[in-house]
Formats: sequence, C-alpha cells, structure tokens
Amino acid sequence: MSKVYRSAVIDAPAAEVWRMVRDFNALPAWTPFVADSRIEQNQPSDKIGCVRNFRLKDGGQIRERLLALSDYDMSCTYSILESPMGVENYVAILSLTPVTDGNRTFAEWQAEFDAPAGREEALTHEIGTGVFEAGLVALKGRFRR
Amino acid sequence: MVSIVESAVIDAPVDEVWRVLRDFNGHLAWHPAIATSRIEDGLPGDAVGAVRCFTLKQGGMLREQLLVLDDRRHELTYCLLEGPLPLFDYVATIRLKPVTDGNATFWQWRSTFRPPRERQDEMVGLVRDGIYRAGFRGLADHLGVRARPALSQGPMMQPSPVSKPATALSSPSIRPLLATSTHEAEAIVVERHGGPEVLVAKTIAVPDPGPGEVLLRHTAIGVNFIDVYCRTGYFDLLKPPGIPGMEAAGRIEAVGPGVTALRPGERVGYACPPVGAYATMRVMQPDLVVRLPDTIDDETAAAGLLKGMAASFLLHDVHRVEPGEVVVVHAAAGGVGSLLTQWASALGARVVATVSTDAKAAIPREGGAEVVVVRRREDFVAVVRDLTGGRGASVVFDAIGRDSFHQSIDALAQRGHLVSYGQASGPVGSWDIGAFASKSLRISRPNYGHYIGTPDDLAVQSSRFFSALEKGLVRMAPPTRFRLSQAAEAHASLEAGVTTGSLILVP
Repeated sequence: MSKVYRSAVIDAPAAEVWRMVRDFNALPAWTPFVADSRIEQNQPSDKIGCVRNFRLKDGGQIRERLLALSDYDMSCTYSILESPMGVENYVAILSLTPVTDGNRTFAEWQAEFDAPAGREEALTHEIGTGVFEAGLVALKGRFRR
Repeated sequence: MVSIVESAVIDAPVDEVWRVLRDFNGHLAWHPAIATSRIEDGLPGDAVGAVRCFTLKQGGMLREQLLVLDDRRHELTYCLLEGPLPLFDYVATIRLKPVTDGNATFWQWRSTFRPPRERQDEMVGLVRDGIYRAGFRGLADHLGVRARPALSQGPMMQPSPVSKPATALSSPSIRPLLATSTHEAEAIVVERHGGPEVLVAKTIAVPDPGPGEVLLRHTAIGVNFIDVYCRTGYFDLLKPPGIPGMEAAGRIEAVGPGVTALRPGERVGYACPPVGAYATMRVMQPDLVVRLPDTIDDETAAAGLLKGMAASFLLHDVHRVEPGEVVVVHAAAGGVGSLLTQWASALGARVVATVSTDAKAAIPREGGAEVVVVRRREDFVAVVRDLTGGRGASVVFDAIGRDSFHQSIDALAQRGHLVSYGQASGPVGSWDIGAFASKSLRISRPNYGHYIGTPDDLAVQSSRFFSALEKGLVRMAPPTRFRLSQAAEAHASLEAGVTTGSLILVP
C-alpha cells in the first residue's frame, strides 16, 4: 500500500475555498491539468456514488467515484475506477480546515493505493507532485488576496 | 458546553514544533502567560497521566493532567483538574499537521468546557486569546520563527470607519458612456475582484462637474496597499466594476456651478476616498482636495500626500513630540515609518527605529534615528531600557500590531503613550485596560479619516507636511514610476515587495 500526502495554506476563508472544491465536477475550473469533465448519467455532482469522467490535458481519461462528501468537515473522498496510471484500490481524500489566525484555509490532499510492482515510487511522485501539489498550488494562486 | 477551535500556521517543520509541544512541562519555556511549572510526583513530561502544576504571571495556580500523547499523529489531550477560573470539564487537544508546501506546521488547538452562563463570553475570550492565540505567538517566538503572517493590513486605512459624509462614497463606480458625458478619459477598471490581472485599461466618459464638483486632470497617481485590498475585495470601498485609487495630483480642468474656492488650471492633490484615482480624469468634491505649493512637484504629492499627512497628525496631534523625548518607531523603513523617523528626529526627539531585517537598517539610520534595532535578532525593549537608564520610551508608534504590541507596552516609561496606527501582522486582540494602570499608560488608535476629515484639518495637515518637505525636515526618495496602463504590474510589484519607497502611475 502506497500513501501520498500534500498540504498547503490558502489565503482565503475555508468556506469560500470549499464552495469551489466541493463540486465533484469542477476540476477543469481550478486544476491546471484537467481539460474537461462530466458526471456520468447526468447525475448531480454532489450525489454520493456519482462518477466523474474527465480528460487530462495530456489526453488521459480518468473515471472516479464519489464515496463521501461532508459539508460539515469540508472533505471529499473518492476512488479511481479507471485511469491510465494502473493503480488499484485507490482512495483519495481532499479536505479543508479553517486556519483561524488570518481566516485562511489549511488544505490537505491524500491518497492510498496499490501500485504495480516497481512502479510505487514513480506513481507516488506523479500523484503527489503532478496532481496534488499542482492542484493545491493552483488553488493557492486562484485565491491569492 | 462551549467549544473553541483555534488554529495557526507556524513557519517551522512539524517535527520541530512537536518536539517542543510534546513536553507537557515545556509550556513554561514558550507560553507567555506561564510563570512557573512543574510535573508532580517526579514524572517525566511525556508520561501519560502526568499532572503539571503551574502558576500564571497574572496570578493563579492550575493543575492539568495529560490524557493522550500521540507521537504518530502529533496530538496531545489534557484536562483541567484545578484552577481559579470556572472552566468546568475543560478538555483540550493540540494537534499538528505538516504543511508540505513550504515545510511549515498547521497547529490546531481545540477544547470543550462548561462555563457559568453569565461568564461564558469572558471565559471563551480568555481561553481563545489569553491561552491559544498567545500560545501560537509564544511558540513562534520561542522557535525564532514567525507565525506565518496572514495578509497584512495597511496602516490606518480601515474598511468601515470612513468619516466622510455618505456623498463622498457615492460615486466610485464608472459612469456609463451613454450618460451626458463630455470628456473621454483613460482609466483602469476593476472588472471583478481578483489578482492584478483584473485591472483592465478602458476608455471611459467623465461628465462635466455638477453643482459643487470639480473636474480634475491627473498628472500622477499614488499606488497604496489599500488599492490592492479594494481590488481583491478585502475592503469594500470599491464595488466592481469600478476605478480604484485614492491618492493623486493634477490640475483643475473645470469647476461646476457654485464652486468658488478653486479655479481651472490650479494644481491640486488629494488622498482620501472615494476611489477613482486610476484615471486620467475624474470628478471630485472641492473640499477633499488641497492646493499644491510651487515647491512640491506633482509626483511627490501623489506619492507622499497620504503618508505625509499621516506622519503629520501622528507627531503633532495624536502625540505632540517634544525635544529630548525617546520615541520608538516600528517598521521605520516603511512609508509612514521612515517619515516618522525623519520628522521626529528633526523635532529633536531621540528616535529608536526598529526594522525587520539588516537590509532595511540604512533607511532609518540616514533618517536621523539615534539607534536602529533589527527586530529579528535584537531585543528593542532592552535597547530602549539601556538608552533611558531603565525608564523606557515616552511614545511608541506601532503599525505592526499583534506581533509587537506586547513588547511596545513593555518598552514604555511610566505615563508613556502607545500610538497603535496599524496592524500589519494582525489585530492586537483584547486587552484588560486595568493592566495599563501599572504604568499609567495611554493608548491611542487613530484613524486617518478622523484627522483629515474636514477641510480645516486637511488644510492644517497638508500645509504642515508641505512645509516639512520645504524645510528639509523630511525627504522622500523619488517614487517608482509606472504608466497608468501598467497598473497591474505596479500592483504585482507592490504585493511582491520588490520595490522600496512609493509607487506612482503616470497617465
């Protein structure tokens, strides 16, 4: 089992950041690497169990299922159904916590998954840096005051 | 049952912060409220079940027991066994998490307890400010780092207490091209709140001045941090789409019916709301502008009017600085700080100037400061005590706020005066004014609008500043110039802190 964890501080109130990231279909709006996204079967993007089907700017297609969404904890849990990365049992959590000092947001993005033998390190890096870190940095830039 | 959750970001790796916090007896070293502390029964500071017995600097003994210590999750939980305050069933948890972006630490401190209903607000305030928030600062100081600063607030310009009458705020938005307009002007428009990229150059129509109005043609426009706050929406002085900017110099192009005090062609400047300065022309109320003397060029006025008038009333009205007085000026390399240093020195005061880094020390030194203290590595309170034979300073000008407030009070002499005119590091929190009786201290919290709010005040402060420039009591470095169309670049440089001195836009 491989684990990835990234976190950052975003200079905006948590509720404001959450408004953007809670939309399971909004990856193209705030990440730099997603070209387009749709929710399969035309379901609402906050319906637990819905599947987002999105295309990366590099062409890869990914399908992910929403497992949990908490407006109370400001967290979103999802699994990968299909992706070009070849990971198994991939479950990720994106969560926000208020930083009361300065009314900012502590954002965490983490995942656990099984990687094909010999690919653990490459995938951990790819997901940690290419996806989570890039996403958090984009979020930071988006809310810079 | 009430619950409190407070959190902060500490600019140090999580392991380093945890090493300090996990010692249940360690709070003596880092928490500013603790006077003495020991662990009962000779137990180590990381034994679950250990009881710490400690006293507070303001008096009172407490006993707390460690319930959970978790090195993997960086978490500890404790409860209050005994204490002088009605915090019943008080259980608190400290939890740290790594901020991988920048290798810092997110620290959350939460608790639940049962206060008596009539003292609930008091107890919540005490725990939140006196224990948690003070603890965040204390630990950051102990580690020699900063609690990672939140966005800073510019000196004195606060969003709400604008003292001008409502009419002064009623015309910040753009007048539509189809109105009875007659003058075409170039302007920078904030289309929506956001980064520098939302500043867009547009051609707008400016109407002829109405009754009691004047039409100005700008020659230089001041760029201030408050403009950034208007652009981002942090201050609500500008509703998009609108033109930012509150400081400029230029000429009277035309006057409306009933205006007799000013004539077309006169050189004027202003530094106040309403927003709308980032434009080649605008309409303004005549009692908000001041005539510029021949000795003051337009660019100096646009760059210095706001800071200069602030320095003027701080040194003459908020506190009348006398020769020989020991005056502390914080952030003495900054806009207002450098003027305060020069002007107070010229008035005969002995100025102790503080700066954050060595690189900035030259500015107050050239400005006449007797001593320059680099706060990051020197204790200015000790310097002030040395200089005054232990008595302390008679006045401290403090626009840093939260990070310096406590020490500023420490540095004051009996009957000293703390002038808190900004809070770049955050709000100073709640203070019990009873404590100021220990030195008979005076605290002032001046607001710019209340000292230049009337035409008379404006005339006094502006002429005092102009005369100080003419006599050479204060000097201003030439401002960094940008074209009006480059306003976005000017904002980006201001926010990045890559410029020193003032920024102006030139149409």
